[in-house]
Amino acid sequence: MSDEAKPVSAPAASGESTPSTGGERSERRGGRPGGPGGREAGRKYFRRKKVCKFCVEKIEAIDYKDYRLLGQFVAESGKIVPRRLTGVCTPHQRRLSTAIKQARNIALLPFAGRAS
Amino acid sequence: MNRTYELMFIVRPDTPEEEQDKLISTLETAVGATGGTVKSVDRMGKRRLAYTVRRFHDGIYILLTVEGAGQLMHELERRLRVSESVIKFLTVRIDEEQKRLAKIKAIREARRKAAAPAPPAEPAGGEAPAVTA
Repeated sequence: MSDEAKPVSAPAASGESTPSTGGERSERRGGRPGGPGGREAGRKYFRRKKVCKFCVEKIEAIDYKDYRLLGQFVAESGKIVPRRLTGVCTPHQRRLSTAIKQARNIALLPFAGRAS
Repeated sequence: MNRTYELMFIVRPDTPEEEQDKLISTLETAVGATGGTVKSVDRMGKRRLAYTVRRFHDGIYILLTVEGAGQLMHELERRLRVSESVIKFLTVRIDEEQKRLAKIKAIREARRKAAAPAPPAEPAGGEAPAVTA
């Protein structure tokens, strides 16, 4: 359950993540900056490697009707949460973003702001 | 050229049940006239909209799964646009996605089958040295 709540809380923690990218910049040589490979960069503090929820739980069908699932990847402002915060893999993020856009179109998810 | 589509639309929250039935049946006849089939009708019920649509905060969601050609969907969309009670609709083509999912499922099944006979073989292999010892 805590795993599920994580992507929602991610945008709120964006302020906290900015110094971390700055910290990574100095040690960029190894992994990609800001990517999930924060293992070697986390010298001062340990950061768990993010994994794609859809790959782990083997969710293949990302449907626009499943607004509860999609809602986990939408920030409070209604924006789609970027991959680097949620850890979703590229193919799944692509499907996810189209599904979110479809859901927005049919008023299941808001375009901006919280669902009234 | 048969494709599968999902047609989701929202009708006004104050639409009586009979009127919804009438709307659905007219759509069904339109589908039948063009040689398509309605696979399922799902009334998802009243739901709060994420944003206001034509000054409505709520809407009744209805989902149709239709099989037919693209021309048919054009016709259905035209009808929805014309009808007063429909405030929003969305058409999504799903047959390719279904095909993809079926493929993934088949691959997983095959893998499971390939993995299933392996465990019985392993204990047998483990037993053999024990016997010789």
